[in-house]
Amino acid sequence: MSALPFHRRHATRLAMRYLVALILVVIFVFPVYWLFIISFKTPDEIFAFPPVWYPNSIQFANYAVLFKDGDAATVGNSLILASVSTFFAMILGTIAAYSLVRFKTGGENLAVWIISQRMMPPVAIVFPLFLLYVWMGWVDTYFGLILLYTAFSLPYVIWMMRGYIEDIPLELEESALVDGCTRWEVLWKVVLPMARSGLFATAVFTFIFAWNDFLFALVLTRTEVTTYTVQVTHYFGGQSNFWAKIAAMSVLGTIPVFFTVAIMQRYLVRGISMGAVKG
Amino acid sequence: MSDLKITNLHKHYGAFHAVKGIDLDVPSGEFTVLVGPSGCGKSTLLRTIAGLEEASSGTVEIGGEDVTWARPRDRNIAMVFQNYALYPYLNVKDNIAFGLRSRKVPEAEVEKRVSRAAEMLGIGHLLKRFPRELSGGQRQRVAIGRAIVRDAILYLFDEPLSNLDAQLRDDMRVEIKRLHQELGRTMVYVTHDQIEAMTLADRIVLLRDGLIEQQGAPLDLFERPKTRFVAGFLGSPKMNFIPATTTETGVALSDGTRLDVPGRSGLKAGQAVVLGLRPQYIAMAGQSLAPGHARVPVTIELVQPTGSRVQATMPLGGATIIAELAAHDVSRPGERTEIDIDMTRAVIIDPQNEQVI
Repeated sequence: MSALPFHRRHATRLAMRYLVALILVVIFVFPVYWLFIISFKTPDEIFAFPPVWYPNSIQFANYAVLFKDGDAATVGNSLILASVSTFFAMILGTIAAYSLVRFKTGGENLAVWIISQRMMPPVAIVFPLFLLYVWMGWVDTYFGLILLYTAFSLPYVIWMMRGYIEDIPLELEESALVDGCTRWEVLWKVVLPMARSGLFATAVFTFIFAWNDFLFALVLTRTEVTTYTVQVTHYFGGQSNFWAKIAAMSVLGTIPVFFTVAIMQRYLVRGISMGAVKG
Repeated sequence: MSDLKITNLHKHYGAFHAVKGIDLDVPSGEFTVLVGPSGCGKSTLLRTIAGLEEASSGTVEIGGEDVTWARPRDRNIAMVFQNYALYPYLNVKDNIAFGLRSRKVPEAEVEKRVSRAAEMLGIGHLLKRFPRELSGGQRQRVAIGRAIVRDAILYLFDEPLSNLDAQLRDDMRVEIKRLHQELGRTMVYVTHDQIEAMTLADRIVLLRDGLIEQQGAPLDLFERPKTRFVAGFLGSPKMNFIPATTTETGVALSDGTRLDVPGRSGLKAGQAVVLGLRPQYIAMAGQSLAPGHARVPVTIELVQPTGSRVQATMPLGGATIIAELAAHDVSRPGERTEIDIDMTRAVIIDPQNEQVI
């Protein structure tokens, strides 16, 4: 090794790094690739051995079945539940965070208490919640799950938004107050634009939490507002697993999140780093 | 009519008593400067006028209306902040228009007023820019523009120039004075800089420890301070303070130098006092024009030229004093010479209560 000239050593080292990186990428991306590719395979190809790494013809039969049977509607349910609950959690959480920061509502400890709610494992409350929901008649309703997701996201939203709002210079708000704004207008015209990056970043994570929830959706829904996460489990049978459906459903469930994150990426990076410094 | 009337205003922050009973009356069109060292309560007073702080007790009237408990937006005031407080996501035009739009002024009128304000401040060509693309001086102009565009009764300035470098500060000071002359509006201006206070004010309100120490026209405070604090705060270089003892006709310094103070023949002899002498009222012997001067021999220790003037440091009566002399009068330290002190301008202070006698 030591006999090699410097630039050769350097090149070798660089090549090694790329090789390691390549192997890691393959390890991480392969399952995603496999999921996608299965969703386009015929049943024969799925179970073929040796495995079919790339099918001869892409076919959409697996998706067609999901749409024909109405299973795909569960993605729509997830979309409704996640976006509506994110919407309400962001509104309530931002207002609450503003109040905590500017008016010291609840003193120094309320904010800590709020985030402590987030530390509770969901499984600890799912059974009492189920009983409560049965009693209230909220099982298998949009309202029930939206309420739950909103409540569950609130501590996170409040905590994150509190950090972003703390970073806004007080003078900006005071200037707006003198210039004729009410507190609500200050929130709308000064605080929201100033905290925009953080707002988007928080919203994306809130959305993903609700989108990926399985436990509550499993326990609190039956047939009406089944989410895609629950629907996927229906394809795991006692005798056999419907891999084609599982794959196609999972792809349908991935796409909305993928596009949301892709569109918001610009804000995400800025928002996350903003929060990293403070809050 | 007074545009601003403050009566017995107090402000507590917990145990801290920031404003301790202030009465203030600002007539229409006057430029009032609140000045004092940091922690004297001047900013708190201004923020209470603006409604950004709640008064603990006392009243604030703006335009003849009691606004003690009114929200800032209901006080008809405009304010310029120390850190500009520009909205980074709005361009210059929208920043200036912000207050007008908040108050639902018709867009045509907004357009007209913004361009007039921008023209007055020489920022007409920057309207499309964003705050981050502006220099410090330009940002402060925009901040001022946002205030003057409003049709307010009272314009408040909270140390607007303290973030600017010295050169820019001088320019903006001229700008603000000019704006006041053109607009003729009532302005209340907070600063810790006594030069800003002297140059801008129609009236200076000098605060100390939450109370008004003295108020009046700048020259009045400069020439007739009521306390040692006022005498020492205003003027640059600072007033010289020399321990002394009264005589029948004036004072005697510790080295035996006797100085007559014209018009002060009725003093009780033998009382310990502090003699206050402004550096500006000391000249080289023979150059003093005013009668009633005292001639004293001195040795110059240190010379600081400032251009047209020179600040000379010398011992006198057990203290070290500074005299502001004409530039070419002193050439080198160590020079033995004589100075004339204009004793008609001398201030005699009772060291017990720090009041001017």
